[in-house]
This record gives sequence, structure tokens and C-alpha cells, in this order.
Amino acid sequence: MNSQPTHLQPLSTQTKVSRFLMNWLLLTIVWIGFTGTFDLHELLTGIVVAGILSFMAIRIFTCCDLALLAPKKLFYLGKFIVVFLVALVKSNFDMARRVLSPALPINPGVVKFKSQLKSNFAKMVLANAITLTPGTLSIDVIDDTFYIHWIDVKSADPEVAFKEIAEDFENLLIKIF
Amino acid sequence: MSIMEIIGSFLVIVGSIFLFLGALGIYRMPDLYSRLQAGTKATTLGAMSVILGVGFWEPDWFLKLLVLVVFIGYSNPLSSHAMARAMFKKKIFPWTKEGGVDAYKEVIEPTGEKQES
Amino acid sequence: MEYIIYFALSIMAVALVFVAIRFIKGPTTGDRVIALDTLTTLGVSGIVLASYLFHRFIYLDVALVYGVLGFIGVIVIARYLEGAL
Repeated sequence: MNSQPTHLQPLSTQTKVSRFLMNWLLLTIVWIGFTGTFDLHELLTGIVVAGILSFMAIRIFTCCDLALLAPKKLFYLGKFIVVFLVALVKSNFDMARRVLSPALPINPGVVKFKSQLKSNFAKMVLANAITLTPGTLSIDVIDDTFYIHWIDVKSADPEVAFKEIAEDFENLLIKIF
Repeated sequence: MSIMEIIGSFLVIVGSIFLFLGALGIYRMPDLYSRLQAGTKATTLGAMSVILGVGFWEPDWFLKLLVLVVFIGYSNPLSSHAMARAMFKKKIFPWTKEGGVDAYKEVIEPTGEKQES
Repeated sequence: MEYIIYFALSIMAVALVFVAIRFIKGPTTGDRVIALDTLTTLGVSGIVLASYLFHRFIYLDVALVYGVLGFIGVIVIARYLEGAL
């Protein structure tokens, strides 16, 4: 998270419009979730407010643009969510086993590895996913190096660590972002 | 009881048990980072599962509960990550066994200065 | 149905006691903040269960705002400890 501030780089008009529309869509969906109705007045208010907000936030919320809505990317996004949920459940059983056993079988340490992801948002998603997968907690991201606290260190070698922790997620994330 | 109510009850019970395990982990673990691990994972899944269980009981509320679930799944890892980085910059290093690896220590120690971010 | 809610709430009360012990005892500031974060998550789940128990839709808003405030609080404390605020 210490990398180049992306909100200072100049943007082309096409990117801006695309991001604006994507933000508008996302915020409208969130609004519908908040209010929980499809009443016409509520919906109109939500669309107007979401439009104003996303116009103000073009440079700040730089998560994604309309290219995310391509069916192939949506498919990989769904696959990512499924893989992530399975890893979350697995990690919880792993953690329950460690917590409940009387001897506390842990061997903590901090390992690092390099990732090939480019955009900041993709790195953030990867760091969050790592935090919720079995036995790992992301501590810092400096440029493209991830520092991971691992509760049961198997190897200090960056490549082995990368294979163990992040390979599945990264292969999917490269296809999405 | 209908099938939805059975699924909801199962999710609520499993979620509350995971919440309890997360609290137990926070109580038992030897150092800060292990506590963060136990706390974050178990409470995230526990809270998600309890809230979804209530959503199965009362399908009218499902959209709003889904917003709550997405928010918890998004915010919990972020706050634990921020906390871990802050404590590392305060030079509180994780407990390791003998010969344990600590790759991040080399980033913090040689200069001793805080990086601006 | 209500018995399941009472069961879940009592388990969460025991969990609350463990976290509160860590909150009081915690050797460093970080431990206390982690305990606070966990208390927030427990509170959000508890409020959701209570809103089903009393059949009040409006309590879900309370849970959501509580979660947002807890998250922002932890982020602000972390930035402050880091020295970046």
C-alpha cells in the first residue's frame, strides 16, 4: 500500500466515463440493498444520489471499470468467490483444531513473496483473501512484495511460500483485473 | 419446521460456535499476530454465518442482511491488516520458535525510520 | 426457534467474557484494539439476533451503523499508532 498514488496520474476521458458508470451501478445496487424495496420513489432518489456521489468520487474510488461486466470476467469472479468461500471454511476448521488442542501446535513466522498483479485494487483483494485463508495474515504490501505472517511455517523460500499460499487466487485475479 | 428454518437454525448454531472459538483463540494464543489470526478468521465466518442464518429465517430481510455480510467480509480483514502493520511499525515482533523466519524485520530494522505512506 | 436464539446468545455471552478478559489483561495496545474489534463483531451479530427476536426491521440499521463505526474506529487507531495521522 506504499506504492505510487494512482489518483494523481492523469486519466483518459474514456476511463473516466467507464469508471463513473461502474461506480454508479455499484452504488445503486448498494442503495437497493440498504432500502430493501423496489418502490419507484426510493429507486429514483437512489439513482440520483448514486450518480452525484460517483461523479464526485471518480478519482478516489478507482476500483474497476465497465470491462468487469464481460461475461468471461463475471464467470471468473464467481469462481473466485466460490474458491474463497471454500478456503474460508477450511481455514476456520484449521483454526478451530489449533485453538482446541491443548498443546497449541503453532510455529509462527513471517515470509515474503512477489506477486505479478499490477493494479492496486487487485493487490488489496489478494491481501484480503490471504488474510482469510488457512493460517496466514498479510502484514504489508510494498510495491509487489507481500509480507505474510504464517502460523505454521513450512518453508522460508519465497517461491514455495507463493505456491502454498497465493497461487490459486492470483491465477484467478489476473484473469479478472 | 420448514426446510428454510432448518437451514437457518443450523447456520446460526454453527456461527455462534465459531464466534466462541474465535474468542477462545484470542484468549489462548501466545502473541499478538496469532491472536489476530484466530480472531479475524473465526469471527468473520461466525458473524457471516449467524447473519445469513437470520436471513434464511426471514426471507424479506435477505437483501439488507446480504449488505451486512458483504460489509463484514470486507472490513474485518482490512482492519486486522491495518492493526498488524501498525504494531509491526511500533517494533513489536512476532513470537517465533528457535530459528523461525522473520522476513519483515529486515524492512523495519536497518533504517529505524517510519516510511511515509 | 426462540430456544436456538437463546442458545446462540448465551454462547456469545461466554465468548464476550473471554474477549473482555483479554481486553483488560492485554499486554500491549494492539491486543486491546483487537479485543475491541472482536467485541464489535460480536455486538453486530447479537443485534441481528435481537432484531429477529423482537421482529424489528429497524434494528438492522443499528447493527450496520455499529459495524461501520467500529471499523472506522479501528482503522483510525491503527493509523494513529503507526504515526501517520
